[in-house]
Amino acid sequence: MKKFVAILLAAMMLLSVSAMAENIVKIGVYEPASGDSGAGGKQETLGVQYANLETPTVVIGGEEYKVELVYADNGSSTDKAPSAAQELVSAGVSVVLGSYGSGVSIAGSEYFKNANIPAIGLTCTNPQVTAGNSHYFRVCFLDPFQGTVLANYAFSTLGARTAYCLAELGNDYDVGLVTYFKQAFEDLGGTVISDTFPTNNSDFTSYLTNAAMYGADVFFCPVSIAYSTQILQQAASQGVEFPILGGDTLDSNVVAAAAVGTNIDLTIDTFYQEGANAAFDEGFKAWLNSDATALANNGGNDTISAVSVMGYDGYYVALEALKAAGTTDSAAVMAVLPSIEYTGVTGLIKFDENGDAVRTSAFVKKVNNETGAWEFVTEQTVE
Amino acid sequence: MTNPKIKKKDRALTVSWIVVAAVYAAVFAAEQVISPNSMLFTVLKKGATYALVAVSMNLLNGFTGIFSLGQAGFMLLGAYTYAIFTIPLEHRSSVYQYFNGGVVQFTLPWFLAMILAGLVAAFFAWLIGLPVLRLKSDYLAIATLGFAEIIRAILQWNQLGPVTNGSNMLRLFPNFNSFNILKADGSVAVYLSTTVPFLIAGVCIGLIVLLLHSGYGRAFKSIRDDEVAAEAMGVNLAHHKQLAFCISSFFAGVGGAMLAMYQTTVQAKSFTTAMTYEILLMVVIGGVGSVTGSVISSFLFVACSEWWLRFLDNEQFIGDFQVPLLRNGFRLVVFSIIIMVVVLFFRRGIMGTRELPDVIRALPGAVRSLPEKMRARRERRSASRKEAGR
Amino acid sequence: MWNTVFPYLLSGISVGGQYALIAIGYTMVYGILRLINFAHGDVFMVAGIIMVYMSASGMPLWVTIPLVLILTALIGFVIERVAYKPLRSAPRMSVMISAIGVSYTLQNLVLYVTGGLNKTYPTIPLISQTVTVLGAKTKAVTLVTPVLTLVLVLLLVTLINKTKIGMAMRAVSKDFETSQLMGIKINSVISATFVIGSFLAGVGSVLYFTNYPTVIQTSGAMPGLKAFVAAVFGGIGSIPGAVIGAFIIGIMENIIKGLDVILFKSGVISAPLGLSTFSDAFTFALLIVILIVKPTGLFGEKATDKV
Repeated sequence: MKKFVAILLAAMMLLSVSAMAENIVKIGVYEPASGDSGAGGKQETLGVQYANLETPTVVIGGEEYKVELVYADNGSSTDKAPSAAQELVSAGVSVVLGSYGSGVSIAGSEYFKNANIPAIGLTCTNPQVTAGNSHYFRVCFLDPFQGTVLANYAFSTLGARTAYCLAELGNDYDVGLVTYFKQAFEDLGGTVISDTFPTNNSDFTSYLTNAAMYGADVFFCPVSIAYSTQILQQAASQGVEFPILGGDTLDSNVVAAAAVGTNIDLTIDTFYQEGANAAFDEGFKAWLNSDATALANNGGNDTISAVSVMGYDGYYVALEALKAAGTTDSAAVMAVLPSIEYTGVTGLIKFDENGDAVRTSAFVKKVNNETGAWEFVTEQTVE
Repeated sequence: MTNPKIKKKDRALTVSWIVVAAVYAAVFAAEQVISPNSMLFTVLKKGATYALVAVSMNLLNGFTGIFSLGQAGFMLLGAYTYAIFTIPLEHRSSVYQYFNGGVVQFTLPWFLAMILAGLVAAFFAWLIGLPVLRLKSDYLAIATLGFAEIIRAILQWNQLGPVTNGSNMLRLFPNFNSFNILKADGSVAVYLSTTVPFLIAGVCIGLIVLLLHSGYGRAFKSIRDDEVAAEAMGVNLAHHKQLAFCISSFFAGVGGAMLAMYQTTVQAKSFTTAMTYEILLMVVIGGVGSVTGSVISSFLFVACSEWWLRFLDNEQFIGDFQVPLLRNGFRLVVFSIIIMVVVLFFRRGIMGTRELPDVIRALPGAVRSLPEKMRARRERRSASRKEAGR
Repeated sequence: MWNTVFPYLLSGISVGGQYALIAIGYTMVYGILRLINFAHGDVFMVAGIIMVYMSASGMPLWVTIPLVLILTALIGFVIERVAYKPLRSAPRMSVMISAIGVSYTLQNLVLYVTGGLNKTYPTIPLISQTVTVLGAKTKAVTLVTPVLTLVLVLLLVTLINKTKIGMAMRAVSKDFETSQLMGIKINSVISATFVIGSFLAGVGSVLYFTNYPTVIQTSGAMPGLKAFVAAVFGGIGSIPGAVIGAFIIGIMENIIKGLDVILFKSGVISAPLGLSTFSDAFTFALLIVILIVKPTGLFGEKATDKV
């Protein structure tokens, strides 16, 4: 037992020594690198990495600091989230970026709060992430907004009257977005049937049959990339007739690739449309094509995912906050964050009293079944 | 009462108590001195939780010989009971956002909720035990595993949403940090967020040890060693198995509540069979049939998986040389190989069936008595030689 | 009514056939070693991962498929030799724990190799095509699976009943020690069992992942558990039992997924109840009922002692 304690103490000393390096500011990247959301998490991380490559240093309080990214993989699961969050806390990060997936963000939230570390959610859209706390911020829009946008689109543009919604059991993002979609769609006068599938399910044929049996006009499945690709493939082989609608998670070239060569009508809403900022697009694509690992993490081609753009903007918001705080102390960064304003690739980012970015528009995109590219449909605005 | 054997045993026990007390003192001291952000406390909190759960599983699998794989299900029941009854009223509308704040509109103090967590788990264990405990060995294992999956599905059912919040996360209930004593300005005066979980786990494990030393404990062990013989000796099999099953589940429920406190959020989704397997591996590594072993291996298991082996997941450089193979996931590969080695080559685990007092008894005693034993043997040998010579 | 139920039946038969191919491995190993080979579902998953990487390396399908089957059989053989053989004389619980350890190891290895990301299974022509059966559209593999399963089972039953190794297997499963005394090379019989079981799991994985083309380290866990339940349901040790059990489980599972619709359409309920939540749980409920009512399963031999 004594030996055990001795080893522990020695290990702790090592940790504290390594944390004392000069003029380095650490930003935590709290993203899934494995699990169902691993693909999305990696794309989001790419945006942060690209921004870090572009601007590797920041001037804080008159001194130049090197920005070090500290990664923690939350494995897309709420039970692995606590130790991933704690890992960032013990590494002494000044601010945390992430996570892809609202559930893991909520699960890590309390750990950041206890350590007085602010977190900036990049694409976690569930209201619960920031509601009722002062340490979680976010740069993207929220599910009530997104649900309304999608419901309007389904009702008005697609002319749907019956919607079938499918969510993963216990995934806060899916369940939340379906709920808000349902509210909005029913307010418009439509009918909604919702279903759930257990984690690790891979047989979606019966759910697709369910939708057809109910006579659904639209199939709404705001699920992880892992599940949505399977749903698309199985829908294609069943020859479904209804269009498929997804949330921001489906905005990935991996998902689009699953729809290539089929006759599936897939529409999604998202944060960014490629082409809106030519300079960023060009630079980001050039970097992807020059770095094999990055390209592989982006799913093998250089299509820009909106989540990468959010990661990019989030990084700069974090730098702005560090500059404004004038110190690397996380509590000070938290104190200045509410007043930060920054115009990024996705437009003006400024926080409301909940710590949410004020966003009034979302891009609706549709997949091209031949090229696998996302095509711009409309920019939907809701006040 | 001057039997030296008893005296020696007492000494070993006393030393054990001192060791345990020293550990608690060390934990308390460490908590006041070291930054609360250190990974050390994550390991200690999670380790204490798993230690309790592993010991409760050992009570069943190691001491009573009932091979149950339902641990995750009972932990889930405990975690949910605790969470549902302790979420402060002001947070209910935000946690139960899709269910209008839920139907439970009162809160219990944390220790009552924790006991209730155990009771709920024990009650369901009793229900499940009625049909299932008649099954033997792996049939029992697979049936309990099945029950754990059924419990998980029921708790995720949307129709029960007003109570369980459907499949959504339960959160904002008191967690380990709530044990810290705060000053008026909100800063921490005395850190207790690690000491209290240690105390809870310690009391529970202490109760299990007391039980094992009682008549019930002896009956459990006799069932494990030979069911037929035990029955012949007058042990009521059904009654004792049911008792062991319920007690084990009670503590698994309390452990589940502790896990909820550690995680700060709980969700039925994460209580999978993989969790049960992990606990089983802790029991096996520690030694099936040793409470001390389960406790030690739980801490080692958690420390390895959360802390010490973490460096394997990141690229490491020694000078300019990049160590090959290291990337995300390598930690788990190394870890599983270690487990396979233990399972295949160190089948008795760390402790076998020994407990802390046994180890203490063996330690200084063995060292001191070794020369004495050798002298005795030498004398005996020379005596016999003399005899042979004569 | 029939039109409502038929698509679910179709999905069920397809997935049932795939469970059947996995279940045979469980039931054979259990019949001989009295061991729940928890790693079997992961062998099935590893077969899928090997296929993904092989076809990514550009090999043609007529090379990869046989190679995958051979490799899967080899993996089964190696697992038995490394993880189970040294424990032949150990208590049964140790072997089972070793099986859990192997399962854990395989999953973590695949997690490491794939980086924890989903891999898309290659499309196999012919069986990936969409066909229409009685108005319901599905992949051709749905129809191929039950046929192929039955053919393989017939072959296997012939092997067990007509060949020498088959006779040895039957002898070992009846009485382990006596058959050893009678000069049967117990280790080669056990190896053969694992090779056959893993081979069939390999076939199952080709069919299953053609149907549901995503592989991740946990892909084998649920199909594995369900196949095991199917084996118990049918009577563990009995190959026809495992096959029938698998079809029943596959069909029931899909019926549960569509139960809301079926009840809704037939007017029993007025609003969906979300019963599809129980699609996995129902399998286990079925298992528990059968264990309590008829512990030897539908076709299980009458065992005198199941300690």
